[in-house]
Amino acid sequence: MNITNEPVDAVVVGLGWTGAIMAIELAKAGLRVRALERGPDRPNAEFAYPKPADELAYAHRHKIMQSPRQAGFTVRRTRDETAQPMRVLGKFRLGDGVGGSGLHWTAVQIRPTPTDLKLKTFVDEHYAPGALDEELQIQNYPVSWDEIEPHMDFFDRVTGTSGEDGKDPFEGPRTSPYPLPALKDTLNCAMFRGQAEKMGYHPFSNPSAAVSQAYTNPYGQQIAPCNYCGYCSFYACLNYSKASPQTTILDTLNRMPNYDYLTGANVTKVELHPDGKTARGVTYVDNDGNEVFQPADIVILASFSLNNVRLMLNSKIGQQYDPLTGEGTVGRNYAYQLGSGYTMFFKDKEFNPFVAAGPTGVMFNDFGPGNFDSSQLGFVGGAKVHSSQATGNPISMAMMPGSPKWGPGFNKALKDSYGHSMAVKMTISNVSTRGNYLDLDPTYKDPYGMPMLRMTYDYPQNDLRLAEFLNGKVKEIVDALGPDMVVDGTLTTKSRMNYTAGYSSTHNVGGAVMGDDPRTSAVNRYLQSWDVHNVFVPSGSAFPQNFQANPTALIGALSYWCAQAIKDRYLQNPGPLV
Amino acid sequence: MKRIIIALGLMTTAAQAQDADLIARGEYLARAGDCVACHTVEGGAKFAGGYSIISNMGTIWSTNITPDKEHGIGNYSLEDFTKAVRQGVTPDGTHLYPAMPYPSYAKVTDEDMAAMYAYFMQGVEPVATDAPETALGFPFNMRFGMMFWNLAFRPSDVFTPNPDLTEEQNRGAYLVEGLGHCGACHTPRGIGMQEKGLDAGSDTFLAGSELNGWPVPGLRAGGEGLHGVQAWTEQDIADYLGMGRNRFAATGGEMKAVIQHSMNYMTDDDLHAIAAYLKTMPGEAAPSKPLDDTARVLTEATDLTEGQRLYLDNCNACHFVDGTGGPKVFPQLDGASVVTGDSPDGLIHTILAGAATPSTERAPSIMPMPGFADRLSDDQVAEIATFVRGAWTNDAAPVSAADVATVRKAAQAEAHAKAPEAAAAQH
Repeated sequence: MNITNEPVDAVVVGLGWTGAIMAIELAKAGLRVRALERGPDRPNAEFAYPKPADELAYAHRHKIMQSPRQAGFTVRRTRDETAQPMRVLGKFRLGDGVGGSGLHWTAVQIRPTPTDLKLKTFVDEHYAPGALDEELQIQNYPVSWDEIEPHMDFFDRVTGTSGEDGKDPFEGPRTSPYPLPALKDTLNCAMFRGQAEKMGYHPFSNPSAAVSQAYTNPYGQQIAPCNYCGYCSFYACLNYSKASPQTTILDTLNRMPNYDYLTGANVTKVELHPDGKTARGVTYVDNDGNEVFQPADIVILASFSLNNVRLMLNSKIGQQYDPLTGEGTVGRNYAYQLGSGYTMFFKDKEFNPFVAAGPTGVMFNDFGPGNFDSSQLGFVGGAKVHSSQATGNPISMAMMPGSPKWGPGFNKALKDSYGHSMAVKMTISNVSTRGNYLDLDPTYKDPYGMPMLRMTYDYPQNDLRLAEFLNGKVKEIVDALGPDMVVDGTLTTKSRMNYTAGYSSTHNVGGAVMGDDPRTSAVNRYLQSWDVHNVFVPSGSAFPQNFQANPTALIGALSYWCAQAIKDRYLQNPGPLV
Repeated sequence: MKRIIIALGLMTTAAQAQDADLIARGEYLARAGDCVACHTVEGGAKFAGGYSIISNMGTIWSTNITPDKEHGIGNYSLEDFTKAVRQGVTPDGTHLYPAMPYPSYAKVTDEDMAAMYAYFMQGVEPVATDAPETALGFPFNMRFGMMFWNLAFRPSDVFTPNPDLTEEQNRGAYLVEGLGHCGACHTPRGIGMQEKGLDAGSDTFLAGSELNGWPVPGLRAGGEGLHGVQAWTEQDIADYLGMGRNRFAATGGEMKAVIQHSMNYMTDDDLHAIAAYLKTMPGEAAPSKPLDDTARVLTEATDLTEGQRLYLDNCNACHFVDGTGGPKVFPQLDGASVVTGDSPDGLIHTILAGAATPSTERAPSIMPMPGFADRLSDDQVAEIATFVRGAWTNDAAPVSAADVATVRKAAQAEAHAKAPEAAAAQH
């Protein structure tokens, strides 16, 4: 059945971090706002203690993740391979339902550095022509640090970011200190911190959006003190301690009479006016299979980065990127993030894994771009080096290599492994390249008959050379800590992307990148489509390439930046802002 | 000519604005009086009545107070309205039962009465439905009997400021004793179900009581007590009323609805006035003992009692070993009135059925505490309740499994009444 809804001023597609921020900021400006979320509602009551403490349901059966069928993408590493639908969740897992990936994130809220935002300028200034691989498509973020930092600052206050002031000499200037002190060190933190300092690095506590103390944010919402239970990544927090759209924004938003949201509303397409220059609303399919048109003056694409790109392509907003000619912008500069590292076992140390939150940890930025001289090393980029210990989740626990999989041997290995391991890892930046991109799959369609997104991606050699360089540096720390056994989980120049292997991160970015040049970016500096001016796309899809920091701090900031441009400029004079 | 029209136009506008102001003020006062709490059924039309109040005498149904001329109060004059609100007598001479807190409302000034009248006549949508008739058993069905009740217990007249109090404290007194009708729950009742005191002149006024088995804390905030309102600052009291939570406590039981429908709409000035007034009344400190070593025992976690172990497994994640919880997030258990009250029913009910903070403008977060009815047996709940009632500085009597069984039964009945299908699905 075809249904047409009453028009709204702004429709927000997706109700994760970006959707929640855009919805509340536009509703506060007086617009009638409706959010459309394809998953179910996920109110706090669903996550009341101790319901989320169910590792099998959440971490292994993906209770709050999109199923591969819903997520709808096919994958391959290079253009000469045939892409296949991703049938199991592996390397990354997208959130499903209200809260999106903002519900199951680990909540490490480290910012990028000013250099990360102007990487092209950095390369031009520090590398000789031809010193880097020809395939790189590095671009600057089209916003300055001074423009975007106040929004990161506000987002930090929304999430109650808990961190250590003044310990990271490489961080960009801050408007204000962390709202709360850092989480407490676990044993691995203390060991890593001590060793890193001894070697001249500058370690500091992970900035954490699982908060260290009871906190009230600028919207008046309360976040509870973290109790280090360890049910963080893949889980909704059972203690209201982890910042999520639910704990920081939605209870406020839901009180506003000019806002509402629908769940089970799967947006399939942005509908354009005949001239193709403006959108007239979106079409979604509801849970009963009805096709519904939602008229709107402004369309905000706030779903996960990959789905934003797919919606743009299926709606013919902008031109599909072609890796052969370099023409077209939608799908261009898709990037990910590389995870590499070592797991160590110590017979005589007790790491108390039942007292460790996902974001408890210590990191250092000494290997961020520009913080060490890489101009002669044949790569650009950097990594944050950090230590974590396994949380108490028994199924996912690190086992010593060679452990039997069953029987008394397994029991003994479990006992010997549990509480005796810690990790030192690298989260490595990911340059964008000519050959890593997104487009529509020519063969496979989703349950609504829309083409799936096709992902063509492999690790760039630039990043793998960087990884090899870092492996050596990090191994020095590992050896100095003197473990009884080390498991090498590092990347080398021979590593290839394996979509279905162990989880790495859900830091999939790019594909509808922001820029100053409409030939190399899909949206302008205000996250506004170059082609359809009442469509805004504020999400990780706007990153021109990925840095070594976790993406949420900048995604939140870009959302506030975009909302401000709409409120201050677009509403007064609808049209291209650049 | 043109100028005259403009002048007339302006006059109309000014008069309209005056009306709108009066109606808005009336709405604010109606909120202060929490009229909606009793005169609206959940999910029903606003002020259309039909809410049942189960009293010792039988079920009393609230009436339609919308301006519908036939079914509501649309034919009331200001005088009729005032008489009903202050004296509990309707234009046809019917005596209202004092479930309608007219003994408190008697204090409302003429000016405020006129504002509320304007609101109920012009600011409320008329609803053409009748609420069920209240039909109490003999002798309570003899409404004229209320005349004698009124003679015996009805209070004074319109509020007069106490010259010994500041203007702010007097404003607080007016709200607390009058529209707020706080005494209806917080003042113990006498032999005739009357409130024992209706203003600060009586030591029993707001001295605490019990409601449906829940302990209702005293509000006399002026004492030296280490816990509850006496330990709270004026800001803490204002936070509690405006947010349903403060540094120590989160609201529960009947008070949640009072905050949700009434108190959170009060201005900061009025909330502070209420707090300032409560602070003028000395009260008795709740019983407590010197801080014991519970926090250490729970931290060491060796040789635990059953209650201590169950606390660690079920409660400690939020309320912590020292029972302090977190400000505005997790209520403090040490010294909480619901924990240490003479009646443990409120505590047991909260453990079994859970609770959730109300969403208000000042504090939008809805933070649910889970119910443990499905996880814990009567014995286990009794162990936990007994433990927290005696932990830290708490010094209240133990709880038996039989106490828990009674509350569990009542809570189940309550859940069935609220959502029969959902409750059935759970069992």
